[in-house]
Amino acid sequence: MSSSPNSIETLANQEYKWGFVTDIEADAIPRGLNEDVVRLISGKKNEPEWLLNWRLKAYRHWLTMVEPTWANVHYAKIDYQDIIYYAAPKSRKDAPKSLDEIDPELLKTYEKLGIPLKEQELLAGVAVDAVFDSVSVATTFKEKLKGLGIIFCSFSEAVQEHPELVKKYLGSVVPTSDNFFAALNSAVFSDGSFCYVPKGVRCPMELSTYFRINAKDTGQFERTLIVADEGAYVSYLEGCTAPMRDTNQLHAAVVELVALDNAQIKYSTVQNWYPGDKEGKGGIYNFVTKRGACRGVNSKISWTQVETGSAITWKYPSCLLMGDNSVGEFYSVAVTNNYQQADTGTKMIHIGKNTTSTIVSKGISAGHGQNTYRGGVKILKSATGARNYSQCDSMLMGDKCGAHTFPYLEVKNTSSQVEHEASTSKIGEDQIFYCRQRGISTEDAVSMIVHGFCKEVFRELPMEFAVEAQKLLGISLEGSVG
Amino acid sequence: MALLEIKGLEAKVGERQILNGIDLTVNAGEVHAIMGPNGSGKSTLAQVLAGRELYQVTGGQVLYDGKDLLAMPPEDRAREGIFLAFQYPVEIPGVSNMYFLKAALNTVRKHRGLPELDAMDFLNLVREKMKLMEMEQTLLNRPVNTGFSGGEKKRNEIFQMAVLEPRLAILDETDSGLDIDALRTVAGGVNALRSPERSMVVVTHYQRLLNYIVPDFVHVLSEGRIVKSGGKELALQLEESGYAGLGIYDEGEAA
Ligand SMILES: Nc1ncnc2c1ncn2[C@@H]1O[C@H](COP(=O)(O)OP(=O)(O)OP(=O)(O)O)[C@@H](O)[C@H]1O
Ligand SMILES: [Mg+2]
Repeated sequence: MSSSPNSIETLANQEYKWGFVTDIEADAIPRGLNEDVVRLISGKKNEPEWLLNWRLKAYRHWLTMVEPTWANVHYAKIDYQDIIYYAAPKSRKDAPKSLDEIDPELLKTYEKLGIPLKEQELLAGVAVDAVFDSVSVATTFKEKLKGLGIIFCSFSEAVQEHPELVKKYLGSVVPTSDNFFAALNSAVFSDGSFCYVPKGVRCPMELSTYFRINAKDTGQFERTLIVADEGAYVSYLEGCTAPMRDTNQLHAAVVELVALDNAQIKYSTVQNWYPGDKEGKGGIYNFVTKRGACRGVNSKISWTQVETGSAITWKYPSCLLMGDNSVGEFYSVAVTNNYQQADTGTKMIHIGKNTTSTIVSKGISAGHGQNTYRGGVKILKSATGARNYSQCDSMLMGDKCGAHTFPYLEVKNTSSQVEHEASTSKIGEDQIFYCRQRGISTEDAVSMIVHGFCKEVFRELPMEFAVEAQKLLGISLEGSVG
Repeated sequence: MALLEIKGLEAKVGERQILNGIDLTVNAGEVHAIMGPNGSGKSTLAQVLAGRELYQVTGGQVLYDGKDLLAMPPEDRAREGIFLAFQYPVEIPGVSNMYFLKAALNTVRKHRGLPELDAMDFLNLVREKMKLMEMEQTLLNRPVNTGFSGGEKKRNEIFQMAVLEPRLAILDETDSGLDIDALRTVAGGVNALRSPERSMVVVTHYQRLLNYIVPDFVHVLSEGRIVKSGGKELALQLEESGYAGLGIYDEGEAA
């Protein structure tokens, strides 16, 4: 293992390597938020009237809401008037039409991130939509997908080209009034990705979006909407990075998934936003609402997430199991090191008959990191024969970190089965010594033990992502066992 | 040629002094048995030789193959051929025994300038050693030591040793917890590894093991010192008269 060039040992010596800043002239609007800003954003995107009204309604509702405080995270009050709500690379007035039109600086950035933007990298078999600050800059493989009737494009483009689909599904899973951050996102979202897979089509490649925050003091509010029509299948990957800055930056995204009869959506995230420095200065506040609706019978939605970045993570990818026999899955690895905080988990709402859900959560805490699992399983009266299995494991490294578990359970009928297992373990000095006595270095030992702990989740990730996730884990946990 | 030379070794844990000046020379090919009452420092000596940082060396010197052993981190000692069969083997949930052993073998091989073994070659090697140790296949696929019975853990240690082929093996009470048949098999496995280049330090409480693994020397440790050394007959003598017969008392009684 240590012979491979990508061994944890070499990786462990790296700092956050995605922390560079790209020097691109940005078209940004002044700080602060009011109705004019909402109109300005909508206007920049040349949006139809209904969408502007939808945003305004969300904004007005947001004004009546208070920031939630129930999560087990602590941070200085966010000044929402001190954030820049829109920043776009300025190189061209209109969004680029092809890869040739994209600012070479931007392409370089994505190269540094290891994202295959060029068509020549078609072999990688991943179609990418890249979101830089507030706008989507390129979607690869669009033509190939188009042949199958699959729509995969930036959200702004979808608004222009497929308004009927956007109008039908936008906000149908996460309503504008859902929660404080979702309402904020609905008012000011700037771009994101849109995907529609038509009836009976199996998307032949992984679709992928990379998000990157570049401009200073901006928030990123992207919106992702994925619809799998009857019998369709799609696997979607999401990755994110940000420059190192000593101020905190807000990221409040909304992701909505809709699976109709017999459709399946697999949504995988490797979240690697800048976590802040070793003293806890800077880093991204990752306040995200992700929810999928299994609307059709036999539909299935799987969330897999590996959360290694961000100063604070607040997210609960959830499933509404409406269709009979529909299936919801949540596989999660969340790492908190140094002063990172994570409050994450899922909500499985069983509505249809014989619906099943599986929750596997692995929390790893090191340094002063605080890791909270918060999971809800709700089985309604209508969901006869529903089943849930939850497994929730925590691993501690050192004695200054913490792991917390809050499972909520509500079962309204007697024909359902719910199973919950939980464990807490520690990487002990004795385990590390045992490995070293067999010739295995401390870094390799930690990576081996952590990987063993997480393998049920990694197994769910597409191959390349699993490798990436494993590397990230090694870097995130660098030096946490001495 | 001396493979291991321990001179005046002292060590403590916290404020507690445990080793009070150990002198011991082990030549290539020799087997040394170390006996002594509970708490006399046998495991401490073994762990200090393996590099456990919990124990602080407060004096003395250890040369291994002429090199300053105490300056080496534990993984380098292992790669240089020191193997410790733990008195209490550690459980590592989630990591398969097979995967663990392959990682260990390949780091050791790499250190020796040998090519890494691929899955096939590794499997063949493992099969051969498994037969030697009469190991059950299922133990290999299970996580390292996790849920193993006491005897299975001990057998697994010697199995690992057979695969890693160390130059200096330190066996800390490998016999305790083994049933009679297992003792014979494990001892057989150890004997199969005896060679003119390989040295062993065998910590045990019982003559029984030494019937199978016949030592060249026997040492008695008491209160962190070697108080008596002799040939294999010393173990027989101890079996008969106990430590009291040598004027040695248990730590507790001595106080
Ligand atoms: N980590 C530790 N913390 C405190 N005391 C320790 C520690 N390790 C060893 N000791 C003490 O040092 C003394 C020697 O322990 P050691 O394990 O070396 O004895 P031993 O000779 O191997 O005994 P046994 O035959 O019971 O295995 C004991 O009194 C033990 O309690
Ligand atoms: Mg002992």
